Amino acid sequence: MADEKTLEQRLRQQGISRRGFMKFCAATASMLALPQSAVPAIAEALGKAKRPSVIWLSFQECTGCTESLTRAHLPTIESLIFDAISLDYHHTLQAAAGQAAEQAREQAMKQFHGSYLVAVDGSVPMKDGGLYSTIAGVSNLEMLRETVEGAAAVIAIGTCASYGGLPHASPNPTGAVSVEELMASGEIETRPLINVPGCPPIPVVISGVLAHYLTFGAIPELDQLKRPKSFYGDSIHDRCYRRTFYDQGKFAETFDDEGARNGWCLYKLGCKGPTTHNACATTKWNGGVSFPIESGHGCLGCSEPDFWDAGGFYQVLSEPTSPLGGAAVGAAAVGAAAGAAVAWQNLKKRDEAREAHEELTVDELEKHS
Amino acid sequence: MSGGETELLQWARGPGFVLAIAVFVFGVVLRLFEILGLGRQADLSEAREKKRGSGWQTILSRSFNFSVFNPHTALNYIVGYVFHLGLFACILLLIPHIELIRGVLGFGWPGLPTPLVDAIAVVTLLAMLVKLVDRVTSPVKRLLSTWGDYLAWLLTFLPLLSGYLAYHHLLWPYPTMLALHILSAELLLALLPFTRLMHAFTLFFARWYNGEIFSRKGVAS
Amino acid sequence: MSRAQIEKAHQAFREVMDAPTASFFSSCVHCGLCAEACLFYTETGDPRYTPIHKLKPLRRFWEQEFTLLGRLKKRLGLSRPVTDDELVEWRELVYNACSLCGRCSMVCPVGNDITGMIRKMREGMVASGNAPEGLIGATTRAVTIGSPMGVKLPALQAQARHVEKSTGLSVPFDREGAEYMMLMSSMEIINYPEYLEAVARIFEQAGKSWTISSEAFEATNSGIQIGSSDIARELVSRVVGAAEKLKVKTVISPECGHAYTAIRWEGPNLIGRAYPFKVKHILEVLDEFRASGLLQTEGMEKARMTFHDPCQLVRRGGVIEQPRKLLGMVAENFVEMEDHGTMNWCCGAGGGVSANEEAEALRLKAFQRKKSQLDALQVDTLVTACANCRIQLEEGLEKNHMAIPVVGLTEMLAEHLVEQGEEGSGE
Repeated sequence: MADEKTLEQRLRQQGISRRGFMKFCAATASMLALPQSAVPAIAEALGKAKRPSVIWLSFQECTGCTESLTRAHLPTIESLIFDAISLDYHHTLQAAAGQAAEQAREQAMKQFHGSYLVAVDGSVPMKDGGLYSTIAGVSNLEMLRETVEGAAAVIAIGTCASYGGLPHASPNPTGAVSVEELMASGEIETRPLINVPGCPPIPVVISGVLAHYLTFGAIPELDQLKRPKSFYGDSIHDRCYRRTFYDQGKFAETFDDEGARNGWCLYKLGCKGPTTHNACATTKWNGGVSFPIESGHGCLGCSEPDFWDAGGFYQVLSEPTSPLGGAAVGAAAVGAAAGAAVAWQNLKKRDEAREAHEELTVDELEKHS
Repeated sequence: MSGGETELLQWARGPGFVLAIAVFVFGVVLRLFEILGLGRQADLSEAREKKRGSGWQTILSRSFNFSVFNPHTALNYIVGYVFHLGLFACILLLIPHIELIRGVLGFGWPGLPTPLVDAIAVVTLLAMLVKLVDRVTSPVKRLLSTWGDYLAWLLTFLPLLSGYLAYHHLLWPYPTMLALHILSAELLLALLPFTRLMHAFTLFFARWYNGEIFSRKGVAS
Repeated sequence: MSRAQIEKAHQAFREVMDAPTASFFSSCVHCGLCAEACLFYTETGDPRYTPIHKLKPLRRFWEQEFTLLGRLKKRLGLSRPVTDDELVEWRELVYNACSLCGRCSMVCPVGNDITGMIRKMREGMVASGNAPEGLIGATTRAVTIGSPMGVKLPALQAQARHVEKSTGLSVPFDREGAEYMMLMSSMEIINYPEYLEAVARIFEQAGKSWTISSEAFEATNSGIQIGSSDIARELVSRVVGAAEKLKVKTVISPECGHAYTAIRWEGPNLIGRAYPFKVKHILEVLDEFRASGLLQTEGMEKARMTFHDPCQLVRRGGVIEQPRKLLGMVAENFVEMEDHGTMNWCCGAGGGVSANEEAEALRLKAFQRKKSQLDALQVDTLVTACANCRIQLEEGLEKNHMAIPVVGLTEMLAEHLVEQGEEGSGE
């Protein structure tokens, strides 16, 4: 439960020095692409933060986003965040279970009505009354509707919550939708929304977004898909260290050819870098160790909508995604039939004209002169 | 709406492309039938023993025929070549395009470095602008030109322009520009058989007939 | 003009449609290069004389009637029909401003044979009463009298007797079994009687038998020029009938451009069968004589001279080297114009233009192109092998105060024939 101590007080308790805390604030500022002059503001805000309540709703998800978040590369910093917020409801991380867990959620909603944050991971099924995912007998839609009502803001974590994700992939048997869709269609109340897509999102991206909200009490600058521009503003392709090979035309053709061994561009192996926006190429994963392309596999495009249906992972980005052969043959057949018909008509017209030809005589000519 | 522009891009890459190719194939086949179906009457006059030239020869040689050379036509010839060669380079020598073709036909070929194709695109766009200005200012072209000529110009200009803008992340977000680029190329494909752009196919027949008509008389045209 | 008239044009346009024409119209991208090749455009700067523009009504007709999209457009009212008024307006472009020279067909980047299509368009023009009056007159005379200029057999016979008297050779009429049947153009008969004499003397030296048919001596085919295959067929049939009757091996087309096109290239297609005889231009025959040593000349012309290539003979006919080889026998100071051979510039009077009074001013304007060629070359003599070109060149040179004599090639060769010694009567 949230308590009255400020973050800075709690830090002192844990033996974190002011210097360590300032280093974190500086790192956060640079991650958010803010100038150094913002650091004191971040320090002051975080320091005074009184651990707002966060209710984390997990719907049709695989728990990968939670796994990502807890893969702290700087455990001290991540657990700082968890100490800086009061995570009052989280299926995987909370100690309580069953009715006790639901009561904790309801109490947080009542006590912090209007100021708590709702984090959502997983998509919301809509088909057949939403019975494909329920918690305590309550459908995801119902629970979300109920919880969002008193929320200050909503953060959709992961591709499932942001766009519908894997459940949303064709044929979408559960009728899965994203949080944004539910707001747009009026199924739930509209609140300030941040999408933090990725399958899963990078750990520090999640924590960075939270830090921004805690610091400024406001949503960071978002792109047209409601993603924070500071993390999702560039495409992988534009920041990829292998870009020079793309431009030179040096590509790996298979996963173990010379090009692959030389670390050449993976475009021909299906990399979706050009159309994918995320921070993987700069921030990377596992504490900056690597990211998929650096490890030799093309980007899947997991932070983009419908990446599951955007052609195969190994299909080159510029290849057509629907089968062409049948349509082309069919079109040729129809064209030939139509063409033959027109040609036949043309010939008939000409032959009839020739048959109906009236000999031009000088008498005719004289008439016109 | 979340994913709106991605939906556009996915449609362009998927059903849009199929539709465009289908209309293109339908159109080309229809037009070839309706043009060639009229046939050609056999020539009963005695051809020369020494024929000189041929339809096949004219198909090639007419590309290198600069017999009317003056300052105005020189501009036309040069800019015309720059435009055509640049366009072919942009379409056929850019790696993503080659991969597209490989996906459709099953084979491809080596490409040029992307920044080089980018430079060629700029030159090609400029050449197209020069041609447009010429079409509007030269008395002969102005008299001849119909809305069909301007449409053909636009259909060709848009994919080049949108491709350039997409590559440089200008105007609108990349996924949107890419979708527009693909859609403009699809529009070009779909409308090609029904516009002057059909000359890309029919000029081979026209040149062949020309060569045959002249060669039997002993003149290499 | 009545509905029936324009319908005749439409029918004629339908009849001439073929795959080449459809290919040409589909390929044109309105680049305008054809204008730069056409002397009517270059000497006037009038964009209406752009060759492909002369075909605009025919193109629209083809699209409306022979393409699916065109038919749809017409039904939706997006494409207006080809009307009387339009064809009246186009008469100038199709007849006054085109000599069927073929230069445009050589330069079109997509390979269009624009000239061939103008020939086809004239079929519709003449059928609907849109041919120029001068041409109608010439054609009527050609059919009814036998010559577009009204030359009758007695006039030719008189000329023949004159030749016989001055050369001592015979000009045989209706000689069955002769190897060659000579045709004559009215222009030659009236203006260049030297031709007949030259021919008589050359054939005498070569020892070849020849004849003229009293029933069909006219080479000029006004039908081709006015664009009526019906009339062209009538005129060609007379020649073919005479040649078959006299059982000659070869019919010779004289120094006339369109006569060659008519009898050599269009003829068999007009009558629907191949000939049982050969057709050659007089220069082809003379070159054969030269190659087999049957043509003996002496002496050389010293004057600086050049050859004007008649379009129908060279570019549209394929008789390219023969004039040069022949000139090589008698001219030691021969120079070529910059655009010569198959890319020569037309004299401006072919294709019926010279018979068309309406076109006189334009025709003389077009001559300016030849003038600039001659100015650049600075020659003393101009040689050619077409009587129509010759008249135009002479008139043009005179109007421009240029004192360059124009000579027919056959005539020039005959002047250099080695004298035979005794005068004998030829075969």
